[in-house]
Amino acid sequence: MKKLLPAVYNPLLLAGPAIDQTGVEERTTRFTKRSIKAASKMQGLLLTLRMIDLTTLEGKDSVGKVEQLCYKALHLHDIFEGLPTVAAICVYPSHVHTAKKALLGSSVKVASVATAFPSGQSNLPIKLEETRFAVEEGADEIDMVISRGKFLAGEYAYVFDEIAAIKTACGAARLKVILETGELGSLDEVRKASQLAIAAGADFIKTSTGKIQPAATLPVTLVMLETIRDHYYKTGTMVGMKPAGGISTSKLALHYLVMLNETLGADWMDPHWFRFGASSLANNVLMQIAKEKEGCYQSANYFSVD
Amino acid sequence: MATKKNKSSIRPLRLGSEWPYAPAPESAAIARINEQYELFIDGKWQKPAEGTYFDSINPATEKKLYRASLATEKDVDKAVAAARKASDKYWKKMSPAERGKYIFRIARLMQEQARELSVMETLDGGKPIRESRDFDIPMACNHFFYYAGWADKLEYAFTNRTPKPIGVAAQITPWNFPLLMAAWKIAPALATGNTVVLKPAETTSLTTLKLASIIQEADLPPGVVNIITGAGITGAALVRHPGINKIAFTGSTAVGKLIQQETAASNKKLTLELGGKAANIIFSDAPIDQAVEGVVNGIFFNQGHVCCAGSRLYVQESIAPLFIQKLKDRMATLLVGDPMDKNTDIGAINSAEQLEKINYYIRLGKKEGSLHYESAASLPKKGYFCQPTLFTKVAQSSRLAQEEIFGPVLAILTFRTEDEVIEKANNTPYGLSAGVWTDKGSRIFNMSKRLKAGVIWANSYNLFDPTSPFGGYKESGYGREGGLHGLLPYVSF
Repeated sequence: MKKLLPAVYNPLLLAGPAIDQTGVEERTTRFTKRSIKAASKMQGLLLTLRMIDLTTLEGKDSVGKVEQLCYKALHLHDIFEGLPTVAAICVYPSHVHTAKKALLGSSVKVASVATAFPSGQSNLPIKLEETRFAVEEGADEIDMVISRGKFLAGEYAYVFDEIAAIKTACGAARLKVILETGELGSLDEVRKASQLAIAAGADFIKTSTGKIQPAATLPVTLVMLETIRDHYYKTGTMVGMKPAGGISTSKLALHYLVMLNETLGADWMDPHWFRFGASSLANNVLMQIAKEKEGCYQSANYFSVD
Repeated sequence: MATKKNKSSIRPLRLGSEWPYAPAPESAAIARINEQYELFIDGKWQKPAEGTYFDSINPATEKKLYRASLATEKDVDKAVAAARKASDKYWKKMSPAERGKYIFRIARLMQEQARELSVMETLDGGKPIRESRDFDIPMACNHFFYYAGWADKLEYAFTNRTPKPIGVAAQITPWNFPLLMAAWKIAPALATGNTVVLKPAETTSLTTLKLASIIQEADLPPGVVNIITGAGITGAALVRHPGINKIAFTGSTAVGKLIQQETAASNKKLTLELGGKAANIIFSDAPIDQAVEGVVNGIFFNQGHVCCAGSRLYVQESIAPLFIQKLKDRMATLLVGDPMDKNTDIGAINSAEQLEKINYYIRLGKKEGSLHYESAASLPKKGYFCQPTLFTKVAQSSRLAQEEIFGPVLAILTFRTEDEVIEKANNTPYGLSAGVWTDKGSRIFNMSKRLKAGVIWANSYNLFDPTSPFGGYKESGYGREGGLHGLLPYVSF
C-alpha cells in the first residue's frame, strides 16, 4: 500500500459553481420519467441489491442482532437461486468484530460508522482513536461524519483537516464522508461540503446518517454526483457516492440508478462506486424480484424481517 | 491525494446505452382518427367547395394519417359570413358571464380528452409524447381556463374604459405547437366577444379539428368558431377577405411580411408572432449544471421547432471548454426516436421539407468552418429524424449565427464582457426571447433592461404561463399573446 500524505487545506478548494435549486429539482423529475420495466427492471433490481449497505445503527444492537443481519447479507432469499449478496454490512465499531467473523470468507464488506456518529460532537483525538479501533477490529470501510457545527460556522480548515486526519487513520480502509445534508440548509452548502470532503481525501461522499430528516433526496444526491463529475473532469479520479436514509422502495432506488446512469455513466454503475445506505430497501427489492419472476406480489410474510 | 492526470488521458464518461430502458410506447389506438375531415363552418362539418383534399402523414413513420379538406375562396367566404352572423346574432349580444361559461366548458372537455389529444398531437406532428402530454395539452387547457376567467371581468382589465369586441378574427397557426397555438388565439378572442375563423398549418390540422368537435360538443352557437384547413392559398384568401376585422398570425417572418403588405391599406388589426434567433447567455458565475440543462431544454425542446428556441448560445470564455464538455455529455443521454415512446426526448422533424432545411444549415455550418458535433444516438430508419447537433467556434458573422434554423442545431459563440454580449445578442433582426444565466441578481436586471427581446428568462428557459404575455421586438413581430396584454388585440374602445 502506497503511503499517502495528508491533504492540505486551501480556500480555493471551496470555489465552485452556484446551484439553482429549481433547476436541480426539474432535472431530478426528469429521471423519474424513464421507463424501467421487465428486463431493464430486473437488471436494475439485481444491481440495487449488490449496492446495498445493509445497516443497523441502534442503541439496542447486540451480537445476536448483528449475526442475524450478517446471515441475511449472505442469504437474502435462498428460495431464489443465484441472488447476489449485498455490498456491505454497516454497524457501530463495537460490532465490527462480530460482523467480520460472521462474514468471514465472503465478499461482503464490513463498514463501520465512526467519529462520534451521528452528531460528530467530540474532539479529534477521540475520533481518531475510534477510527483506529474500528479498523483494527477489521472494518473495510469507515463512515465518518463531518463536524457540521464547525462547517456552518465557517471553520472549513478545521473540517478539512479533520477529514484528512481520519483518512490517514483509515489506512487501507475506504473512507465514506457523511455530510448530513439535512443539517446543511441549502444545496450551495451541499456542494461546498462535497468539494471539501473530496479534496480532503474522501473515497465516498455520503448524504446522511439516517438520524436526521430530511435524509437522502434526489436533488441533494444529484448535486453530490455533479461534484464528483467535476472532480473527475479535472483529475480523472473517481469518487464513490452513497445516498443513505429514506430510500426504502425499489421504485425510488431505480430512480437513483437512472440518475447515476445519466450523470456519471456506466463506470459508476457498480457497488465499488455507488451504495445505498438502507435497512428496509432489500426486502422491497426482493418482493419486486419475486413479482417479476412469478407475476404476482407475495405477502411480506414470505420475506425475513431483520 | 489524487495525482492529477493529463486531461487528454482522462477516459470520457460512459454515458448512454449500457442500461437500456424498457420501451414504453403510448397506444396509438387511443386516438380515434377519421379517414377524412371536412371543414367546420357554421357549427357543421361541410365539404370543401372544390371537393379537394390533401393527405397528412405521420412524420415518424411517413405513413398517411388522414385526409383534410383544402379550403378555397368560396369556403373562406362561407366561414367569414358564418362568423359575422354568429357575432351579430349571438356572441356579441350574450352576457359576458355566459360567454365565460362556454369557454370554461371547452377547457373542461379538453381536459377530459387530454390523453387522446396528446396522442393525436404526437402522431400528427412528431413531437415526443412526453411533451404533448406534459406541456402542449395541459398548457392549451390552461389558456382556455385563464381567459374564461377574464370574460366577465374585462372592465377591470381596462379601467375607466369600455372594451368592445372588434368582430371577426382571422387566425392562422403554425405547425410546431398546433393545439396550444389554437388555444392562444381562440381563447382570448372568445373571451372578448369576438368570433373566429382559424386555419391550422397544413401538416398539423388534427388536434385543431378535434378541438372543433369539442367546441361542437360544448354547444357553442353555430359560427362562433370556424375551422378551415388548407394550405398557403387558404391562408392568403383568409387574410385578403374584406369581411374580417383582425388578423392574428403565428409563423415565419417571410409570411408575416407578406401579410403586413397585404393589409397595409385596410383597417384590419394585425398581430404577428414570427421567427427568432434567441441568445442564451451563460456567465461564468452561472449555476453551470442547471444552465447546461437550460441550454438543452432551450434548443432541443420540440426538436428545436420553437420560435423562441435558444439557438445562439453565448458562453463566457473562461468557462467555455468545461461548459461545452458538459453539454456534449448531456447530449449523450438524449434519446432520439419513436415520438410515441414515453422515454423519447427528441422526436421526429415535422416534415421532409423542414428536415431538408435543417440539413442545409448543417452543411452550411460545416462549410463555414464551424466545428460540427452531433450525439451518437442511432436514428430510426424510417421517418424524418435529426441528431441533436451543435457547432462550436461559430463567428458572429456566420450565417449559422444569424438565420433561424428551426431545428435541433445549436450555434455556440463565446464572449468576454457583459457589454460585449449585450451588443452581440442584440445584433440580429429578431427579438423574441433571450436567456440569462448568472448568480448575480443585479446583472439579471441590467441585462433584462438592455436586451431587446420580448421575453427574457433568468436562470430558466422555455417556461410559459397563461398569465404571462408573449411576443416580440423587431422582425419577431408585434402584439402580445397571453396574460392581460393578450386581451388588448381583441378589443376596441
